[in-house]
Amino acid sequence: MLLKMEGISKNYGDVRANRQIDYDLKPGEVHAIVGENGAGKTTLMRILYGMEQPSSGTIRIGGREVRFADPKDAIAHGIGMVHQHFMLFQNFTVAENIVIGKEPGKLRFDRKAAIAQVEALSEKYGIRVDPRARIVDCPLGVQQRVEILKVLYQGAEIIILDEPTGVLTPLEVGELLEAIRTLTKQGKSFILISHKLNEVMSAADRITVLRDGEVTGVLEASRTSIEELSRLMVGRPLAAMDKQPALPKDKVLEVKELSVLGSGSKPAVDSVSLHVRAGEIVGIAGISGNGQSELLQAISGLIKPAGGTVALLGADVTGKSAREFRNAGLAHIPEDRYVWGASKSATVAETGTMGHQRKLGKLGFLQGRIVKARVSEWIKQYAIKAGSPDNETQNLSGGNLQKLIVAREIAQQTPFLIAAEPTRGVDIGAMETIHEQLLRKRDAGGAILLVSSELSEILKLSDRILVMYEGKIVGELQEGDATEEKLSLLMVGGKRNG
Amino acid sequence: MEQLFDLALFNSALRMLTPILLAALGGALCARVGLFNVGLEGLMLIGAFSAIVGNHYFGNTGAAIAFSIGCVSLFALLFAYLCIHLRANVIVVGIAMNLLAAGLTTFSLRTLFNVKGAYYNKDMVGLPKWEIPLIKDIPVVGDILSGHSPLVYLAIVLVGAMWYYFYRTIGGFRFLAAGDNPLAARSLGIQVRRYQYGAMLACGVLCALAGAQLSLGQVTMFTEGMTAGRGFIALVATMLGQSGPLGVAAASLLFGLMDAFSIRLQGFAMPSHFTQMVPYAVTIAAMFFFKNKEFVKDAQSSGTSSR
Repeated sequence: MLLKMEGISKNYGDVRANRQIDYDLKPGEVHAIVGENGAGKTTLMRILYGMEQPSSGTIRIGGREVRFADPKDAIAHGIGMVHQHFMLFQNFTVAENIVIGKEPGKLRFDRKAAIAQVEALSEKYGIRVDPRARIVDCPLGVQQRVEILKVLYQGAEIIILDEPTGVLTPLEVGELLEAIRTLTKQGKSFILISHKLNEVMSAADRITVLRDGEVTGVLEASRTSIEELSRLMVGRPLAAMDKQPALPKDKVLEVKELSVLGSGSKPAVDSVSLHVRAGEIVGIAGISGNGQSELLQAISGLIKPAGGTVALLGADVTGKSAREFRNAGLAHIPEDRYVWGASKSATVAETGTMGHQRKLGKLGFLQGRIVKARVSEWIKQYAIKAGSPDNETQNLSGGNLQKLIVAREIAQQTPFLIAAEPTRGVDIGAMETIHEQLLRKRDAGGAILLVSSELSEILKLSDRILVMYEGKIVGELQEGDATEEKLSLLMVGGKRNG
Repeated sequence: MEQLFDLALFNSALRMLTPILLAALGGALCARVGLFNVGLEGLMLIGAFSAIVGNHYFGNTGAAIAFSIGCVSLFALLFAYLCIHLRANVIVVGIAMNLLAAGLTTFSLRTLFNVKGAYYNKDMVGLPKWEIPLIKDIPVVGDILSGHSPLVYLAIVLVGAMWYYFYRTIGGFRFLAAGDNPLAARSLGIQVRRYQYGAMLACGVLCALAGAQLSLGQVTMFTEGMTAGRGFIALVATMLGQSGPLGVAAASLLFGLMDAFSIRLQGFAMPSHFTQMVPYAVTIAAMFFFKNKEFVKDAQSSGTSSR
């Protein structure tokens, strides 16, 4: 056994993040850890990587007991970690990012040697990168390869991948899985942390499931199913979603020939026309960066379009302020919860009130009691782990903050809702709740525009799917005949369909 | 026009740019590790004053400079401790440092020397003027380059040294890394705080030298508020030069030239209050060309990066 963790417990005050966890890893194996947010995956990995000390329990590497005071110790023992948010230096080159910490040369940094070493490394493991390129110019898939090469350069035998596919396009995910296969053949072992069960099923040999800090199952990937895994993760069988056919009525949103200028010569949004009717969910699929963000910002009044019109419930709101858009009947679950959706230093109650403040006030004063009562209600309804409403927003995990924002925006009860990446970084239990709420809103006659980089989410919820590519709508599919293959092809500009 | 531009103008420009350049290099070091140091002015003022105090008590310019470096380093350490350990806002601490320096030097001037406004003593020795062998005999070049205080040459050497440190050494590479992404640097075991303290301390030393050049190099006296906004001009030079040693040097040269130019203009029957405006007007004009907003971001994120 290459790595053996036994009886690992970790307490933060009264919170028991890890309870008596056993975990082991064989050479050349991919052993995944799955679990919902707050199940203790991250804590366990932080212990293994020397960022936290366990309250009790032992770690053995190659049979010898080890103790890591900091990540340096872990690295020295052949453990490398690819963080969910890449730890790269944007202004440095690929080679510089890989060799940092163990640079060739004594006092003088020998950059030529660094490039040669990175080329050799890239050759040896079959992971292609351009050592001279700057990180800012590299797509996320390449940046991840740089991260993997970095831990290999540091001499890692055990590579921890923390939510590795979150930011990748479907094509890049395929390449990553391929790279994992190549590396395990060369004897490297992987700890894969993820909540995307289908990827775990295709990449892992064994899967450990955590719930509330405890192991609820260790399974062979070949002898389990996604259903079994999700049951172990959530602790109950997931209800099959009950989706009735849509009954679309009048147009709520009508966008005509909308254009938004891009940073370069190409427009970010290129004369897009679309509409959303009451009682339907329209999904926009596309690889991120193909104009979806700009389209949403123009539809929600955050940026002014260069041309075209936006009408909500028949009223032209083109070029008006975000407040006027909202008054005309818009609610918006923004794609980046930290940029558009919340203030990190505000309390949970304050974040929950944003957008409702004019309705909850009296003579310009907010009434704390009413505000807190409302937010507490959402906390209960959506099972948000927020502590108290006076807690700071930045202390919420991403998934819990997302639930709070979804609750806040759905509570606006507007005829039109933009749901951009509504379940990004959210675990399956919460995803179930959010999807249910979106469908309920639709059934109540709401019009929803859904943008998501998760094809499965688009396919599951949408009644009609539009595909965006390079700022244009390149295809429209009805619920029945949309498949992942058809969408993937359209998403990379493969075929035009109307 | 011939009287307006001559070799002496460039000679004095070199002298004028030195304090700005030294402080701006210090500012660049700080900016590179996410500490946007608006306290350059204050540190420089303390440097200028303590150099005079050192000179008065030790009667030796070398000891005076050492004393000045010691004093300013203390303040730089305080600055660093407040920003890095106590996570105070860098801008606020910088402004506090400037106000403290202005008050403290004025107060100390009165208590130590019993004078108001300025202290001058004809027995005090200024910094020596170095005639550079060989170079001083070259026409034109010699007239401009030779006959300055050692600090002028040191400033020029430091530009090259800093460039080499940043772009050629492993230490400099990690220094830049610590500033570029502190979180990632920490995940690799790079001691970000150590680099931040180092930058602040080095900045203190540079500001001490800048102050010493003002009070011992150009004249041998101290007047209240004698830095006269040079620390802020240095800050602009840091920004204009994008915190790179060469860019900072070029920006400082521009401001030094304008400083020298403003003095020259006084000989043209222009009101001195008007001519003294020139360097500052150029600074404001320079800000128009400075479209890079990264520094605003840096200043905002400095609170988080010092964690």
